[in-house]
Amino acid sequence: MTRVGKGERSELDILAMLFLLPSFLYVLVMFVYPFAYGIYASLQPLNGEIWSFKNYASFFTDPYQYSTIRTTFALAIPNTILVVLTALFLAYGMRRGIWMERTITTILVLPISLGVIFLSEGILGFYGTNGWLNQILIGANLVREPLELTHNYIGVIFSLFMQQFPFCFLMLLGYISGIDPSLESSARVLGAGPWTVFSRVMLPLITPGLLIAFALVFVMSFAVFPSAVMVGQPAGSTRSIAIAAYQQAFEQYDMSYASAIAVIMGLCQLVALIAIVFLRRRMTIATTVGVGKR
Amino acid sequence: MTNTIDQLHVSITKRFGSKTVLDKLLLEIRGREFVTFLGPSGCGKSTALNIIAGLLPPSEGEIRLDGQRIDHLPPEKRGFGMVFQNYALFPHLTVFDNIAFGLSLKRRPPAEIRDRVTAMLNLVRLTGYEGRYPSQLSGGQQQRVAIARALVLHPRLMLFDEPLSNLDAKLRVEMRAEIKQLHSKLGLTSIYVTHDQAESLSLSDRIVVLRDGVLMQEGTPREIHDRPKNAFVADFMGFRNFFPVRLGEPVGGFVEGFARGAKLLALLPHDFSGGSDAIMAIRPEDIGVGRSADGANIVRGTVELVEYLGREREAVVATDAHARIWLRTPEQISVGDNVELNLPTERIVVLPVEGNPS
Amino acid sequence: MRGQKLKLAIYVFILGFILNVLGIIANVGVSAFAKRWFGSPLPPAFTTDWFTYAWTNFELGHVLFITLFIALTVVLIALGIAFPAAYIIARRNFRAKPFLLLLYFLPLLIPQMTYGIPLATTLYKFGIGASVAGVILAVLVPMVPLAVFILLPFFEQISLNLEWSASMLGANRRQVFRRILLPLMVPGILTAGLLVLVNTISNFELAFLLAGGGSQTLVVALYYNVFAGGVRPVYSIDAMALIYMVMVMSVLLVALRFVRPTQMVFRLDQPRR
Repeated sequence: MTRVGKGERSELDILAMLFLLPSFLYVLVMFVYPFAYGIYASLQPLNGEIWSFKNYASFFTDPYQYSTIRTTFALAIPNTILVVLTALFLAYGMRRGIWMERTITTILVLPISLGVIFLSEGILGFYGTNGWLNQILIGANLVREPLELTHNYIGVIFSLFMQQFPFCFLMLLGYISGIDPSLESSARVLGAGPWTVFSRVMLPLITPGLLIAFALVFVMSFAVFPSAVMVGQPAGSTRSIAIAAYQQAFEQYDMSYASAIAVIMGLCQLVALIAIVFLRRRMTIATTVGVGKR
Repeated sequence: MTNTIDQLHVSITKRFGSKTVLDKLLLEIRGREFVTFLGPSGCGKSTALNIIAGLLPPSEGEIRLDGQRIDHLPPEKRGFGMVFQNYALFPHLTVFDNIAFGLSLKRRPPAEIRDRVTAMLNLVRLTGYEGRYPSQLSGGQQQRVAIARALVLHPRLMLFDEPLSNLDAKLRVEMRAEIKQLHSKLGLTSIYVTHDQAESLSLSDRIVVLRDGVLMQEGTPREIHDRPKNAFVADFMGFRNFFPVRLGEPVGGFVEGFARGAKLLALLPHDFSGGSDAIMAIRPEDIGVGRSADGANIVRGTVELVEYLGREREAVVATDAHARIWLRTPEQISVGDNVELNLPTERIVVLPVEGNPS
Repeated sequence: MRGQKLKLAIYVFILGFILNVLGIIANVGVSAFAKRWFGSPLPPAFTTDWFTYAWTNFELGHVLFITLFIALTVVLIALGIAFPAAYIIARRNFRAKPFLLLLYFLPLLIPQMTYGIPLATTLYKFGIGASVAGVILAVLVPMVPLAVFILLPFFEQISLNLEWSASMLGANRRQVFRRILLPLMVPGILTAGLLVLVNTISNFELAFLLAGGGSQTLVVALYYNVFAGGVRPVYSIDAMALIYMVMVMSVLLVALRFVRPTQMVFRLDQPRR
């Protein structure tokens, strides 16, 4: 293999390309191609001519289908805001290290590792009308009737929150801890109180990471599927767009229509991402204009 | 004691993309010599070393060892030893296994390995450290293990890439004496890369000064120090006063240089390649305060700035001809003093105009 | 003091969250052993019968075998093709590097449901839809990039000088690999392998879309049994969920001996230096 110095720009020799080939081909063949194929398939509706937008037309004319967009946004946006704000609050508060850090982060990693199915099953039991939470609330006379926390919108939010929060929290914690602590110290020395330090010194620095977190959590929340089914009302208030796609694929056996719905789902996520990037541009301009003027 | 080379002929060019990092570098290194590649960061000295080692290929040119071309050989077949700036000790092996690594690759019998490694540990004064891991050693100890690891294989040529840069000043002075001792004792041939001029002066038989991939001067430490051939080397070697002059006719090895009404007499090197415009340079510590015996090269001026350094003072004098002169002197001068300075003829060097210091 | 109140609020929230997680886990655990349980703090009687019920009725033996088979195969293949790729990416700076990294990042960024449907469509078209092979191929799509991104910082940590000094001491490429690179990469390989293992076992969307023909993994079987025709007693489902949890936790426990919890959450904010 050719020898290359540190940091030296080089093109790849044959052997290096061979090292990369299997993984590169795999992602190309198993990810990019199906993606493209999916788009192609979406344009070949089951009973229609080739190259037609019939699937898309059907989707947007059928209230049962296009309402899933609103339903999914109604699930994803509040959940994302909740997750990110809570994670920010906690991560900022713990930026200087926390007591029993390793234990806490281990326990936080549990929901991620256990996965959505286990969590949803557990939520059904714990938060159910006869579950422990309601038993405690009734027993402590905090409520008269058991709270309806499952098989509805709230249950799905619980499930989504528990899946996304640990990831978002750990990510923001790492990001915030990476900010030079002396920035904060110098602001305090200059007389800034804690809120001023946060809003005028730290927040602008945290914002890039915050936006990334927001984008990631939103994109993941938007694709909600098993939670919406297990802990929600898949035929009603929590019929997400992923459910619609799945039903077309595996209940109606209309792969073409299903692909179209998947494309629409992807586009919604893309639109949201672009909106976030756009928002970031606007915010960066706002924070640097003040700095640039001399 | 070591089987070493007779001669290494290096003639290489190296480019990284569009940037030429070494420009037709041409060198001969003789057996048992201690040669230093000296220069600032980015001058190509480490690149040159890595090419000689075989770790990087040259873009053009060749390397001949005792007449045979070796630039097509991979490093593992060249039989050279190398010590890196960050020691590069294998963290998962003990000191003993690190040193024994090369020998075990050659499948030497365990008894022989044990003997040779133990002998080498004695030589670098690390007996008793066999079982330690690199993370348990200090910087200086790690460096000695790195040296031992290379030497135990009796390499024909030793390559050192700024091995002492990561050590503190005191340790650096100790370690460089050890390196020189080992070199002499074992009869090695060594190429040593550094940016530290004191190191190169103290260690080398010959110094090669590089700048941006170009060889600026090659010679013994004395030659480099006393008789730099261009402004870059002079500046690197501590010359701080550079006067652009117009040269008169050389007379009997001497020449006069004229600038702003002043006149300086200096020795003209017999191989001086510049034209009638030249630069005369002198070190701060070579300038004397007061008149000299022969009255030559007197400059008058006022002291602008004085820095007290204990045994000496460093001062800046503004001359009547509006030049600024840096000097170092034990004389107790103060700001505002009117002084006469003398610039000894034999301590002035005459340099060509190209290749000015940055 | 305001600062103290905020700190208290933080700890209260963390406590609440932890109790929440533990409560959920405990609920599943207790239910799995309950003979019958409705509305009381603890079940009136305990039994292990539900495990046997689950074993026979849900073909647990087969499902566990399939799950482990798929998981281990995915780990082996993912590590196998990610290892050389991560090495080159770590060592070289080539023009296409940012694009390659973006390409590898896409399957991790884009939710599995979004690309899972077209992926399943494609695999079904080629006849490998509802099969173990289909599940393996599908789950590999996000796992290969994951393995690459986990291995990358480990490779970057091994200084090039170490390989160079081994060469200078006489080692050829194979010896450098076997005696220096491989031993030093053991932590990286373990980390990547364990994280891929955990992620594969708990993977739902892709395994679900490609399930069929006896290729259900444990999570997928769990999901199906919640909605199967004919009511499945919740205790048997929880028994199955408990078995799943034990499986994941054991891998997790092993993983945490080598990996910091924060490393398990793939972080995209800062490069590891």
